[in-house]
Amino acid sequence: MRDGTIVVAGASLAALRGAEALRAGGFAGRLVLVGDEPHLPYDRPPLSKHVLTGEIAPGATTLPGVGALRAEWRLGAPAAGLDRAGRALLLAGGERLPFDRLLIATGARARPWPEAGAAALAGVHTLRGRDDAAALAAGLAARPGRVLILGAGFIGCEVASSIRALGLPVTVVDPAPSPLTAALGQVIGGFVAGRMEAAGIDLRMGAEVAHLEGGDGRVRRARLAGGGTIAADLVVVALGAVRNTEWLAGSGLDADEGGLSCDGACRALDAAGRPDDAVFAAGDVARFPHPVYDNRPVALEHWGNAVAQAAHAARAMLEGPEAAGPYAEMPAFWSSQFGLNIKSLGLTEGADAVAIVQGDPRSARFLAVYGREGRTIAAVAVNAGRWLPAYAGAIREGAPFPPITGGADQPHPDPVPPGLPAQAA
Amino acid sequence: MSDATLFAQVRDPAHRADPYPLYARLRACPVARQDDGTFVASGHAAIRALLHDPRVSSEDLPPAEHPATGNPVKDWIVNPLKDRIADRHRPFIFRDPPDHGALRRQVMAQFTVARVRGMKRRTEALVAECLDRCAGASTFDLVDDLAYPLPVTVICELLGVPREDETRFHAWATQLATALEPESRKDEALRARNTETFDAIADYMRDLIREKRRAPADDMLSGLATAKDPEVGRMSDPDLIATAILLLIAGHETTVNLIANGMLALLRHPDEFARLRADPERAPRVIEEVLRYDPPVHFRTRLARAPIPVAGTVIPEGAPLVLLFAAGNRDPARFPHPDRFDPDREDNQHFGFGGALHYCIGAPLARIEAEAALTALAARLRAPRLAEDPPPYRDGSSLRGPKRLRLVQGPAARPSA
Amino acid sequence: MRVVVDLNRCQAYAQCCYAAPERFVLRGDEILVYDPAPPEAERAAIDRAVLACPVRAIRVEHEPRERAA
Repeated sequence: MRDGTIVVAGASLAALRGAEALRAGGFAGRLVLVGDEPHLPYDRPPLSKHVLTGEIAPGATTLPGVGALRAEWRLGAPAAGLDRAGRALLLAGGERLPFDRLLIATGARARPWPEAGAAALAGVHTLRGRDDAAALAAGLAARPGRVLILGAGFIGCEVASSIRALGLPVTVVDPAPSPLTAALGQVIGGFVAGRMEAAGIDLRMGAEVAHLEGGDGRVRRARLAGGGTIAADLVVVALGAVRNTEWLAGSGLDADEGGLSCDGACRALDAAGRPDDAVFAAGDVARFPHPVYDNRPVALEHWGNAVAQAAHAARAMLEGPEAAGPYAEMPAFWSSQFGLNIKSLGLTEGADAVAIVQGDPRSARFLAVYGREGRTIAAVAVNAGRWLPAYAGAIREGAPFPPITGGADQPHPDPVPPGLPAQAA
Repeated sequence: MSDATLFAQVRDPAHRADPYPLYARLRACPVARQDDGTFVASGHAAIRALLHDPRVSSEDLPPAEHPATGNPVKDWIVNPLKDRIADRHRPFIFRDPPDHGALRRQVMAQFTVARVRGMKRRTEALVAECLDRCAGASTFDLVDDLAYPLPVTVICELLGVPREDETRFHAWATQLATALEPESRKDEALRARNTETFDAIADYMRDLIREKRRAPADDMLSGLATAKDPEVGRMSDPDLIATAILLLIAGHETTVNLIANGMLALLRHPDEFARLRADPERAPRVIEEVLRYDPPVHFRTRLARAPIPVAGTVIPEGAPLVLLFAAGNRDPARFPHPDRFDPDREDNQHFGFGGALHYCIGAPLARIEAEAALTALAARLRAPRLAEDPPPYRDGSSLRGPKRLRLVQGPAARPSA
Repeated sequence: MRVVVDLNRCQAYAQCCYAAPERFVLRGDEILVYDPAPPEAERAAIDRAVLACPVRAIRVEHEPRERAA
């Protein structure tokens, strides 16, 4: 396909890179990008880091590529519905955008605090977009007496690190036994916990906030499920993300808060599992079968996945699903917090063993490998990014675990249980 | 001829001027066993994988050995002790983690952005001085008149080594650079010479470091001699000496090739020379392409600590390895038209400075020096030509570069009297 | 000017920090902090950083022709 109309629902990283890939692949027709935010595509990773510390202005993160892209923009116009039979995207303002191909890249949003009244209190923040970061930075500039962060996942921990760097007192509460448990397990999470406490974080693992309480319209304290309260002037709710798929209700596509199902060629699937040849998905919103992991459906909130999957979808749109082949990009992400650069390859989900195969946590430079049923499934490097590429092949092939032995600086080869949450069947 | 001797042919001086056809034949098997048991990696993907593999060891030098002297105190006590110390305190280019990381970090702490950037103006002035000296001559030798003296002066000033002592350590540097050649692993006589040279240069450095401690100056040696790493404390004297020697030699033996190979490539591609002259901002592109097309260091040796599966073969434990960077840089599977000198090339992920843990520390300095040299040459020379092509080469097949690069200026610039 | 670094690819070789020290800084062992919107006057330095990166992780767009929202 070289002509016609392609509409991209979304105007973030995946949307931009997908649109660029369409142009680079020779698409010469009409290209429209639709975004719910009023902003051109911007980069999110700095929002929880150097935007909060004030080193980068929230508005400075517009992505390169925006200027050169030949496309029409519909910004501040959320997608509101999909007419698959009529091949048109419906916008909130009532506009109807007909398409020959649609790329759905509507991403995800922060999961809000479940008590709607408390969530609306002044001082209660979530962090997903540029405006969220600007509001949070403004709240921090008022030097709150204590900041409470609900959730010790990557966003919660990065935000805790940034706010602690501002010299503000920070409490982090999470029912899990250690930070980053869901992604990295308790062994590595326990190491991160030590770094957090050394940085002066009041870390309350195994604790749960039941209610947020306010006064004069402002948040004042959190009441713990086990009794007791934590006074806080500013609360960051970091409880994960919800995929933006509500607007697809009634379209017949298989979509829920966990994502929009698609096949290896990024084609959206209907409730019966049949691909729609005109509708594609990429980025955070897309739930796809990963060939490295027995085609288990996964939806990845990863920067690298947004870029690679959008390019893959573009190729499938232009050249057909067979030419594109199944999308098999190795999952990868990074996080920086508390002086640690954490880089990961593969998916740890379902791991039954972890081994620190290089370096030493006492030096805060090490590499851990995750295994499942004797096979290598993931690797995580902490301040050891140059060691990580050696493990990509072992993960892709599911090499025997642990995969690389007998190398330099491999003092702790004994695998232990990783302390990951139990898997739903 | 058997392909298992290809690397021996690479080592043969007869192929020094153009080893690239041999590299192309080697790449037919990206990791090839040679008949002496050495494995040569020449494909880009294989080299990249091996660079990052923890089973690939840089500790590939056998311990130094001393011939028996007949003096029992020397043979049984002094020399073995010296060997043990020398073995434990090799320069970090021949070390693995975790020691390598600690030493490298301490060097990086001194090789600061401010210190390196601070050499930029000085480098440009030195280039101008060198070229001013040749200004009247219709021919000059780019190696002797610029490519060699420039990096030597720069590294001396950066380290805080008196430039006037250069005559003493020039020969030492040339000798010790042979440690990067594969012979140094087997050739007893060569190793003995290197040990002797190392002792001589170590004595020199020991005195210099003592002087730096007594009266620290704003240079890297003073910094290394006095700084305390928050994790491992002060660098030990043997490590300090080994590190100082390594930095001095690295500064001597590599950038000279980058500048000479760069000028050679530009002279063989006069259109690129003209473009650089018209637009000095092209220099960074030109230099990155020189680092790919004709790099200063063609290969580095390693040792397999454990069996390593790579590129469809398994390198056995204990096997010597050669990472043939210059061949990976011409791999058609990675670079379109790899034998074309094309500074406009995108995604130029070359091995010109190696990679992974041992990526060249001096890379930013080398880039500054090469840029100063090549832009000044492009600006000053009128229709330069090579007096001999190919030029004569130095002995090294790893540290490979012209011994001389005699240039003749075009007649237009110098009308005859 | 707009800059983004693929921090999956970045291996903290720090070559960008030497090329454009005002815009790229390594914090700790390998946390790269960079300015995503450097002034156009620093174009030459930023271009040097792009070219010097051994893994080519830096992407730049010059003189954006901003489309109105």
